[in-house]
Amino acid sequence: MTIGLGHYLSVAAILFTLGIFGIFLNRKNVIVILMSIELILLAVNINLVAFSAFLGDIVGQVYALIVLTVAAAEAAIGLAILVAYFRNRGSIAVDDVSLMKG
Amino acid sequence: MIITAIFFYLFAGVCIASAIMVVTARNPVHSVLFLILAFVNAAGLFVLLGAEFLAMILIVVYVGAVAVLFLFVVMMLDVDFAELRQGFLNYLPIGGVVGAVLLAELLFIVGAWVIQPGAPKAITAPIPTTAGMSNTLALGLVLYTRYVYFFEAAGVILLIAMIGAIVLTLQHKPDARRQIISRQVARRRASAIDVVKVKSGQGLP
Repeated sequence: MTIGLGHYLSVAAILFTLGIFGIFLNRKNVIVILMSIELILLAVNINLVAFSAFLGDIVGQVYALIVLTVAAAEAAIGLAILVAYFRNRGSIAVDDVSLMKG
Repeated sequence: MIITAIFFYLFAGVCIASAIMVVTARNPVHSVLFLILAFVNAAGLFVLLGAEFLAMILIVVYVGAVAVLFLFVVMMLDVDFAELRQGFLNYLPIGGVVGAVLLAELLFIVGAWVIQPGAPKAITAPIPTTAGMSNTLALGLVLYTRYVYFFEAAGVILLIAMIGAIVLTLQHKPDARRQIISRQVARRRASAIDVVKVKSGQGLP
C-alpha cells in the first residue's frame, strides 16, 4: 500500500492525456484549449516534483517553479491575444482565425 | 502510511475527475471552476510529496491569478458557446483514439522504467534531511545562489508578459474624454471666467 514514484507518474500521464484529449475535443473553443494546455503543464510539474522528491534532488522543484512562471505568462498572453482578437472580429472560433487580412 | 495512501488516492481521483470535467463541461465557466479544483488537488499531491512551497505557489498563482483571469475572460466575452460546441461529437472518436494510444504508451513507460544505478550520484543539490530545515528554506538556499540567473530570467519573462498583455489589450479611444492634468493645473482665472457688465433690461447681445 505504499505510494511510489510510479503512482505519481501515472497520475501525471493521465492528466497529460486528458489535456491532449481536450485539445482534440474542443477544437473550436480557444478558451478550453488554453485550459487544456494548463492541464498539460500541470502534469509536467507533477512529474518534475515527483522525481525531485523520490530522487532526493531539489533542483526538480526549482525547474517546476520556472515551468510555473512560463505557464502563467503563457496564460496571460494567450488570453490577451484572445481579447484583442474578439474585439476585432467579434468571435473566438478557431476556424475564423485562418482568415488573413493584410 | 495508510493515511498517505488514502490521501493520495483522494487527491489523484478528484484531480483526474475534475480534469475530465474541464474538457467535457458544457459551460466554460464550469470548466474554469473544475480547473481550479484540479489545481487545488494537485497542490495536495505536492504537499504529499514534501514540496510545500510549490503547493502554496500553485494555489496562489493558479487559483488566485490564472484561473480568475480565465473566469474574467469567459464572463467578459459575449460568445455563443453553444455554437462553438458544434462538432464536439465528431471529434470524439479521433480524440479518443489518439488519447488512448498516448495513455497506453505513457503507462507502458511508467510500468517498465528503472532508475539507472549511477543516477543518484549525479544529484546536484540533495534535499536536506536535517530537522528544522523547511522545504521553503531549502528551495531558497538553492534558488537564490546557484540558480539565481534562472530566477532573474523568470522575473524578466513575467515582466515581458505583463507588458505584452497591457500592450495587446489597451485601447485608446479618440473620442474618450480623458483627464488632462497639466491643462487643469495651467488653468488661470483669466481663461476661466469673464466679467461682463449687463445693462438692466437689455441682456447680453
